[in-house]
Amino acid sequence: MIRSTSLPLIVTLATFVIAYALCASAYPAMLSSRVVANLLTDNAFLGIAAVGMTFVILSGGIDLSVGSVIAFSGVFLAVILRDTGIHPLAAFALVLAITTAFGAAMGGIIHYLEMPPFIVTLAGMFLARGAAYVLSVDSVPITHEFYDWLQDIYWKAPSGGRFRLTGALMVLTFLAGIVLAHRTRFGQNVYAMGGGVQTARLMGVPLGRTTIGIYAISGGLSGLAGIVFSLYTSAGYSLAAVGVELDAIAAVVIGGTLLTGGTGFVAGTFFGILIMGLIQTYIVFDGTLSSWWTKIVIGALLFTFILLQKGLTWATTLRRRPAPGSPMPS
Amino acid sequence: MTDPVRPVLQARGITKFFPGAIALADVDLALHPGEVHALLGENGAGKSTLIKCLTGAYPRDGGTLELDGAEVAPGSTQESQALGIGTVYQEVNLLPNLTVAENLFLGRQPRRFGLISRRRMAAAATELLQGYGLDIDVREPLSHYSVAVQQVIAIARAVEMSGRVLILDEPTASLDRDEVELVFSVVRKLKARGLAIVFITHFLDQVFAICDRATVLRNGHVVGTRDLSETGPRDIVHLMLGRQLESEVRERHGGQGGEVLAEIDGLGRRGMIEPFSMQIREGEVIGLAGLLGAGRTETASLLFGAVHADQGRIRLRGRDLKLKGPRDAVAARFALCPEDRKTDGIIGDLSVRENIILALQARQGWARPVPRARAEEIARGYVRALDIRAASLDMPIRLLSGGNQQKALLARWLATEPELLILDEPTRGIDVGAHAEIIQLIESLRERGMSLVVASSEMEELVAYSTRVIVLRDRVQVAELAGDRITAENIVRAITDEDREVA
Amino acid sequence: MAASHSPLRRLAPQLVILAAVLALNLAVFPDFFRIEFQNGRLFGGVVDVLNRGAPTAILAIGMTLVIATKGIDLSVGAVMAIAGACAAKIVADGHGWGTALAGALAAGAACGIWNGVLVAWLRIQPIVATLVLMVAGRGIAQLVTEGTILTFLNEGLIHLGAGTILGIPTPVVIWIALGAGVTWAVRKTALGLLIEAIGINAAASRLAGINARVLLTCVYLVSGLCAALAGVIVAADIKGADANNAGLWMELDAILAVVIGGNSLLGGRFSITASLLGALIIQSVNSAILLSGMPPEFNLVIKAVLILAILVIQSPRIGHWLYILRASGGDPAPRRAKTVKETAR
Repeated sequence: MIRSTSLPLIVTLATFVIAYALCASAYPAMLSSRVVANLLTDNAFLGIAAVGMTFVILSGGIDLSVGSVIAFSGVFLAVILRDTGIHPLAAFALVLAITTAFGAAMGGIIHYLEMPPFIVTLAGMFLARGAAYVLSVDSVPITHEFYDWLQDIYWKAPSGGRFRLTGALMVLTFLAGIVLAHRTRFGQNVYAMGGGVQTARLMGVPLGRTTIGIYAISGGLSGLAGIVFSLYTSAGYSLAAVGVELDAIAAVVIGGTLLTGGTGFVAGTFFGILIMGLIQTYIVFDGTLSSWWTKIVIGALLFTFILLQKGLTWATTLRRRPAPGSPMPS
Repeated sequence: MTDPVRPVLQARGITKFFPGAIALADVDLALHPGEVHALLGENGAGKSTLIKCLTGAYPRDGGTLELDGAEVAPGSTQESQALGIGTVYQEVNLLPNLTVAENLFLGRQPRRFGLISRRRMAAAATELLQGYGLDIDVREPLSHYSVAVQQVIAIARAVEMSGRVLILDEPTASLDRDEVELVFSVVRKLKARGLAIVFITHFLDQVFAICDRATVLRNGHVVGTRDLSETGPRDIVHLMLGRQLESEVRERHGGQGGEVLAEIDGLGRRGMIEPFSMQIREGEVIGLAGLLGAGRTETASLLFGAVHADQGRIRLRGRDLKLKGPRDAVAARFALCPEDRKTDGIIGDLSVRENIILALQARQGWARPVPRARAEEIARGYVRALDIRAASLDMPIRLLSGGNQQKALLARWLATEPELLILDEPTRGIDVGAHAEIIQLIESLRERGMSLVVASSEMEELVAYSTRVIVLRDRVQVAELAGDRITAENIVRAITDEDREVA
Repeated sequence: MAASHSPLRRLAPQLVILAAVLALNLAVFPDFFRIEFQNGRLFGGVVDVLNRGAPTAILAIGMTLVIATKGIDLSVGAVMAIAGACAAKIVADGHGWGTALAGALAAGAACGIWNGVLVAWLRIQPIVATLVLMVAGRGIAQLVTEGTILTFLNEGLIHLGAGTILGIPTPVVIWIALGAGVTWAVRKTALGLLIEAIGINAAASRLAGINARVLLTCVYLVSGLCAALAGVIVAADIKGADANNAGLWMELDAILAVVIGGNSLLGGRFSITASLLGALIIQSVNSAILLSGMPPEFNLVIKAVLILAILVIQSPRIGHWLYILRASGGDPAPRRAKTVKETAR
């Protein structure tokens, strides 16, 4: 049964299926497991960050610090593995602890100082990027046998595609995100906040705890994305992952989540990521199309989805009675 | 009322001060199990303050609260909910984006192995709502359902969370007749289950349809508690409005007014106000009477184009006038002082002077600014004429008192030299002195030939300055009174439907 | 207008901060205030600050107006890239610099109107509406430059970014003239008042007969034009249009300049002069970090700390505490707290 809330998700799914069908009809090779595997591997870090972004946007907020935190995590790992003898696993734990605490701190400022998330995470963006610069301005290569070992883990599909660890990690993150969003009280509280902060408070939602939790998750997942990114590039570079937050936001919106919060699905974001990856893959396959078409197509998709959501919101508010004084859509 | 049963909730001597005013003075309220108790009073009488004191949303400044004989002091709505006092508001306080089941179980979802069991939640929600006579798909989002159904769901949640006392704060204000019946059927079920229910509404027929007793508040005092089986609507209206309704003999001036300024023909908007027609003459004050929610504000908004009419037409001096928005109305020399000064009237951070010239400036367009000296002159003129007390014309208007804000808003519109001035509750929430001044101003404007439409809940006031009074009930015009027939008595009669007149 | 009786008081915090940062510059670089005249051009630390701060300052002018209406324009960085690309493309096609400037401005105007229509007519939240162009804009710019850094040698166009007028660098002249011009335009007409009214209380403004839609569209149009001008200057400065990096994150600097200028993100009262001072403060901080010989990598960290400090001071909650400390009546603080939530979500 189709419910009105799942309509954007269905549109996303349909977009993905149609886009994939079109791509495959043009280049049958795009159906190969190699393309699918690369789609997962290439977008793993973005996907993981987008899960965190989904929670933030569902709650009605925004997190601009994602890309900077990814870069910081990469540089931090590279520097700490270069300068100390600690095991990468310990370094991973350290990175996750730092980024989660960083996110939680932003959440705390947003809640307790009642400041707009946009500005707080903007400051966080500068801070994280700046911290990355301070650690190292140059790209620091990561050479550690544990890294090589991790990078060599893959499952080779019969037709040749290599499904790597990072892709699996992204899928796992999405699954965990889905459970967290739909099957825990925390997840329900996130949706509740997105539906209306004042009402949520009246209904007993612990706003402070939830806000801090949301941004802690986004920070922690950005850290995880940074780890994955460092596995992907085998280096830490403070200028890396610039603008990833925009891609993540775009993936969330194309995934059918309302930018104003309250409705959407973590699973939708997954397909949002795949659609964006697909566009890039298509452009690579085509060879004559230039890379900038990616941005334009994503922008157009973004616009379409925003319009679609606006239409849905209008359809629901039209049923309510107008209040005098408030502007009417006429 | 002598009831052998001990009250569930007993409030004694509740007192609440606001800066510079007493909001509640020594209010007593007793709620018995299985009774629906109406809480009545015009706006500002103290109903919502009382509710907030009962639910702990406001701290009390005095008085005691007993639940089942034990004294309680809830510090927040959550605490009072845990004690057993649940509240449902006019605007459904649920989340439209969540499903019905999620709304019912937010914060107390059934869990299995630490995870929410959506199936069990849906089953429990379905069963719960069936107990209220609602058989709906609980997995749909709340916004999918009508306001009435949402209201029932809100009631169900409140009862499940608390279960002793249910406070219904205007739950029917935006429902139509059939929907009200749905809510009432639920209220009856709960009453049979022994809950004590407080019911706040402005619709008297609803009070008599569902309530057992009524307590009437006025200016923060209890003016009476009545057993409704022994009382009629007129008695209640008398209590609410509290005027001596013996028709005061007033010298009426003006009479018929001059030429016809505007003719309104079948203007209306579905779901908001039934089509109405009237003639507005020069030098005439048309009063709009009726209880709150009867359609006074809606009539005023439609006349000004603040809300788009979906039927009917306005003819201004014989010519058709299309109102696409307030801009068109302002261009046609209409003016509206809205009911809610804070949200619809003042521009809080702008200075008094800027607020006064704003409408004039908007009409002139941005390219022709009102010169500073001229603005000063206009503002000074009105400050003097209307006796606006402001330390400086440069101070933000939000710092003025309510009465002075209202006068500044009047000045804003008078500066545009309107032909039709619509005033919605011009004297609400302002002090006695300013009150009298505004009434005097209305008279003098009329004498100067301006047409006025004044919506007010103050009947005495309407009687004093109106040349005609249109009475509204349930969003329909039910009567038009003119000349000597404008008496508080006649207005009350029309409101309470004792003697229907030709509209 | 808020401060028509005491403009100095309104600008005092910004002036104090600017003075402090400039003093810091002087401390790390004693010759900071020395101005020399060589080869028909002024040189010196202060001139540099004024010159380098030009793009942010120009963006801040438009952004101030947008923020005054309770909006935000995230697309200005991308619009800069588009405008720079258009100007480069037009001179590359053999047209004069006048045509190029006009073309760039037209592109900026089109972008601004697009944003304005989304916000005012389709009633999409400003942050969401302008995000579309922020994402797609660089793609469009690359479409124009066809992915390359489009260099040019047109003297007239280069003059806009690297030339001088009476010895003063052209960008400085442009931003000061534009700032003065726009300030004059909004204060000598009723535009400023009407914009503020919309930002403070949109519903009441509508009831007072203000044409909010047209005004909102105009405000975004101005922002687009400012962005285009800034884009042309940046392109002229490097003698080429770099669609990828021109104006990157400039929208954040511009918003920051407005906020440091003491203009509320919740709309209402605004001061373009204060925003311009905000832009100068940002540039002076950059300059101080550079001159101190401190590695430039600290730039962002210091900037972040600065934003946080300024914002915490502006926070409604802190304001409320101060308010309680002063123990006066009324209740403006809770009202603002509520509006924060609304704009934030």
